[in-house]
Amino acid sequence: MSIDLKTVKHISKLSRISLDEEKAKKLETDLNSIFEWIEQLNELKTENIEPLSSIAETKLRLRKDEIKSKNIREDILKNSPDENKDFFVVPKVVE
Amino acid sequence: MSNIIDLSLSELVLNIKNKKISSKDVTSTYIERSKKSKSLNAYNEETFDTALKKAAEFDSKPDFNKKLSGVPIAVKDLFCTKNVKTTASSKILNNFIPTYESTVTQNLWNDGAILLGKLNCDEFAMGSSNETSYFGDVISPIDKDLVPGGSSGGSASALAAKLTPATIGTDTGGSIRQPASFTGTVGLKPTYGSCSRYGIVAFASSLDQAGPMTRNVKDAALLLEVMSSFDNKDSTSVDFKRPMYSKDLSKDIKGKKIGIPKEYRVDGMSEEIEKLWDDGKNYLKDCGAEIVDVSLPHTKFALPTYYIVAPAEASSNLARYDGVKYGFRTEGDNLIDMYEKTRSAGFGDEVKRRIMIGTYVLSSGYYDAYYLKAQKVRRLIKNDFNNIFQKVDAILTPSTPSSAFKIGEKSNDPVSMYLNDIFTVPVNLAGLPGISIPAGLDKKGYPLGLQIIGKSFDEQNILNIAYSMEDKINFKFNLKEWWMND
Repeated sequence: MSIDLKTVKHISKLSRISLDEEKAKKLETDLNSIFEWIEQLNELKTENIEPLSSIAETKLRLRKDEIKSKNIREDILKNSPDENKDFFVVPKVVE
Repeated sequence: MSNIIDLSLSELVLNIKNKKISSKDVTSTYIERSKKSKSLNAYNEETFDTALKKAAEFDSKPDFNKKLSGVPIAVKDLFCTKNVKTTASSKILNNFIPTYESTVTQNLWNDGAILLGKLNCDEFAMGSSNETSYFGDVISPIDKDLVPGGSSGGSASALAAKLTPATIGTDTGGSIRQPASFTGTVGLKPTYGSCSRYGIVAFASSLDQAGPMTRNVKDAALLLEVMSSFDNKDSTSVDFKRPMYSKDLSKDIKGKKIGIPKEYRVDGMSEEIEKLWDDGKNYLKDCGAEIVDVSLPHTKFALPTYYIVAPAEASSNLARYDGVKYGFRTEGDNLIDMYEKTRSAGFGDEVKRRIMIGTYVLSSGYYDAYYLKAQKVRRLIKNDFNNIFQKVDAILTPSTPSSAFKIGEKSNDPVSMYLNDIFTVPVNLAGLPGISIPAGLDKKGYPLGLQIIGKSFDEQNILNIAYSMEDKINFKFNLKEWWMND
């Protein structure tokens, strides 16, 4: 199976990464060679194998639902690229 | 004290405790040397002034009951350090100053260590040669134009060039062990869940582990002892009784069964690597261990599995860099346009490639064929290890399929670059501990490493095996200081 330029552009849209035509073409080549190599996994029959999603395979711990960090508003906003230090400011989304 | 830079981490701690040298002596010695070694490009951020101040503070009110009393240490720039810029070697984090400290680095400071600076690495730890960093290639002190390996390349280079007495890295698919192998140093990836992931810039959360990189095995045991802790802030941190790795270090490995997996004898493996591996077996026999041939049948599927699992997790983890929270933004016509332009300008090519792979394998219609398939194969790989650990106590393999390569040699061919991690990746997929120790030189005179893989949470055992082998190998590398300028 191969990945065409249209698919590359679709993935770039899903990834929220804009690509120019040249970069898109380069990625088409790269992704095809990578996925060609990945295809070898199809040699394996895996119908009855349980997928492994985490190596820890332990139950997540429960904890009390309580506030531990107080007054960290400034800390949270500190790295915002916008000058406004009271809110995260983004381009207008509602007309 | 004639030569501070020749002392190991453990020796430094001892000498500071015995008041033979001061923290300031050590700190200023390493700073001077680091300043003369800029051509290696090992540092992203230097915190020399603060380090000197802290050393002076330590000397005026010393606490000798800590494990790393007064020792300066530079760390990989993937660990968040409070009020010190943390970039993961990416343009997108170029302005990021964390307001919190990673648990692992906090453990170092709690035990008396002093931050010397932040070390270069591959961007978001994605790479095997330290050529994907936004801040440029790191050079290996082993030879001109040689890569130090990656992703913890700045850490390996700084350690081998003696710009820091020890360092810490992170390992998602080999990023500690491969650069350690390339630079003639020791690197250990602990069991998943041993060291907290809190405050480490996330790459692939089910694989990432922090670990020590040191000049010898004893130092690795000491540093691991300090780094490893149970942490409520990491939901996958495991609560187990952590041994005193350095105190319990022993060369008695008589009767230990060491497995040699035949699948690691890959096509086209060089005679040098074959010989290195054979020598390793002989050293183990000399130490009284027993060599057992074993099989890990799914080995060849580990790398393609990794290149589905790791990018999938990365594409999700890196979604947070959207131009809103982390200091870097490229303006756009609307919100989506701002996201797309920010991420396009902020990420480098390899990171983009992996985000795209990850997005594709998780996308509708492809999830089952790729991601679910990879998770199933990951189970088979883990089962392979479970099976042979019924018969053996540890496994011996080469750390890498070759010695270090030249800058630019593999950077245009992603798959050939990925193949570097062929011997290290299975360990991450199975969550096991692995250590690389320097074991010999190739024809060009470049270091080669051997890897010892252990059972989950059996770090003490692989440290002991490495400690015994280190003694027999007696690795020497005549480091010519060609990169230094006065």
